[in-house]
Amino acid sequence: MELLVAIIIGSLTAVGTYLMLRMRTFPVIVGLSLLAYAVNFFLFASGRLMLNSPPLLYVEGPHTDALPQALTLTAIVIAFGMTAVAVIMALTAYLNGGTDKLDMENEAPEVTPEERGQ
Amino acid sequence: MTHFMVLPLIITAVMAPTLLLVRGQLVIQRTLSVATTALLVVICAMLMAQAATGEVTVYKMGNWDAPFGIVMVMDRLSALMITLTALLALGVLIYSIGTKWDERGAHFHPLYQFQLFGLFGAMMTGDIFNLFVFFEVLLIASYGLMVHGGGRLRTRAGVQYIIYNLAGSTLFVFSLATIYAVFGTLNMADMAAKAATLPPEDAALVRTAGAMVLLVFAVKGALLPLHFWLPNTYTHAPAPVAALFAIMTKVGAYAILRVFTLIFGPSLALTGTLFSDLLMPAALITTVIGMVGVMAGGSLARVASFAAVGSMGTLFIAIAPFTEGATVAALYYLIHSTLAAGALFLVIDMVQARRGTCALDLRAPIAQSGLVAALFFAAAIATTGLPPLSGFIGKLFVLDALRDHALAVWVWGVVLVTSLVAVVGFSQAGSIVFWKAHAVKADSTPAAPATGVALAGVGGLLALIVLMTIVAGPLTDYLTDTAAQLYAPEGYIGAVLGAEE
Repeated sequence: MELLVAIIIGSLTAVGTYLMLRMRTFPVIVGLSLLAYAVNFFLFASGRLMLNSPPLLYVEGPHTDALPQALTLTAIVIAFGMTAVAVIMALTAYLNGGTDKLDMENEAPEVTPEERGQ
Repeated sequence: MTHFMVLPLIITAVMAPTLLLVRGQLVIQRTLSVATTALLVVICAMLMAQAATGEVTVYKMGNWDAPFGIVMVMDRLSALMITLTALLALGVLIYSIGTKWDERGAHFHPLYQFQLFGLFGAMMTGDIFNLFVFFEVLLIASYGLMVHGGGRLRTRAGVQYIIYNLAGSTLFVFSLATIYAVFGTLNMADMAAKAATLPPEDAALVRTAGAMVLLVFAVKGALLPLHFWLPNTYTHAPAPVAALFAIMTKVGAYAILRVFTLIFGPSLALTGTLFSDLLMPAALITTVIGMVGVMAGGSLARVASFAAVGSMGTLFIAIAPFTEGATVAALYYLIHSTLAAGALFLVIDMVQARRGTCALDLRAPIAQSGLVAALFFAAAIATTGLPPLSGFIGKLFVLDALRDHALAVWVWGVVLVTSLVAVVGFSQAGSIVFWKAHAVKADSTPAAPATGVALAGVGGLLALIVLMTIVAGPLTDYLTDTAAQLYAPEGYIGAVLGAEE
């Protein structure tokens, strides 16, 4: 089972990293989501992989470590929220900027008339 | 156990939603926001006075004993960092109200308080997973602040910033999982206690975990080669936000100081000088790239952004040896560079508001040219490290502290030459904006935006720089005690693990 989990985490990370390097918002966000899956698996496995052992102390042992499960839950929630923010921002940038490229030219910042205090 | 030490967290966490409830009523929002931030300055200063006695205060969340519950810890370093944050935040807030920056988008004030909540939390927590959570809190608030006011370029820069930090956060969770797999705990004091007892066969895992955490904090601290997010973010962020972000890179520096003195300290045999050896060359190159970027700027905002990268490099040079003497210098430079970068971004915003752009091209002289030029001059002197302001003292401390380091020649060479390069870069930028401008005929007399309150914000930050130059002696005494406390982590560990009711 260790090998299987390791292969899953490894391939998710590899694919995620590759997609992140595409430098366009859609593949990058998909890549980030895959990386988030990989990291959740990884976090889950950090408490060691055990079969048929609940994290409940009132049940007969052996017990698995409950903490990584709580951590994974936290990480899932945070990753989910952050991905939502990234999607909205990427859409706004695409609609305003007319491009989904992440690279930017070396431009001076824009100043709206409002920002000139007029 | 006193509840007083979590007040900065409680106040900001309560005020942020409260400010959201009174949205649309700008006067109430502004009054509440300024009053809260001023109160935070007072509370943080009181906490700092308490920490100055050498007492390590521990607050157990939900009264669960460490290492099972999450603890907040207040020692000299944490108290110093939150006080600095509150002071910078107050100056920047006053400026953003004076220049009406807070009106140009939704929810500036609630986001501002959330940002402070995240910053305070990250600086106070004694649990490394909780550090990750507070990083996310401060990041998500900063995403909102970064695109405040909108605009094509700002939104695109915002996407870059978000994606970069999401990748950084993912790496952070990877490193936390590795840490948990090796240490079996996430409480920093407990990790420190366990680090010495780890068997040698875990060396590879410990080193990997440490290096990954270092990478994460290096992303925060804009250390080369992970600095790519900074120039675009700072250039395109609204100026007050860029000024507040001056403390964000320092959170990275703070986290490195905390984790790599407490857990992966220099006395830990499993890691030895690995992190010091990794950090020093990166810091040297960061300084060079930053200061060369100052010369190549193209616009004032970009000049200031690269100056921020360069100053982080200098800060990391002082952190890298992980010795007590160098850390004193690092802490002094940290305070200085936060205030200087904050003031510089605000002054550049004053130029931009009057000139219509901060691109370095020839335009007619701006309104109140003399006043703004004087402020720019002061901020530039502070940033580049010329006498008489604290930048000079800070760099002097750094050079002096690293006199006996193996790479001392490189350190001295890089710091001195890059200072000169930065001086040239800033003179070039300043003379284009303020002096050569007089050769251009103005079409009409430029209007001067209202200044009073805004000036108070910039003036306050510059006054703090002057103050820390004058009281450099007493301040250094406090910093020496801080460094001593950092390199004798037994007090911290004992306070957290032995805290009985």
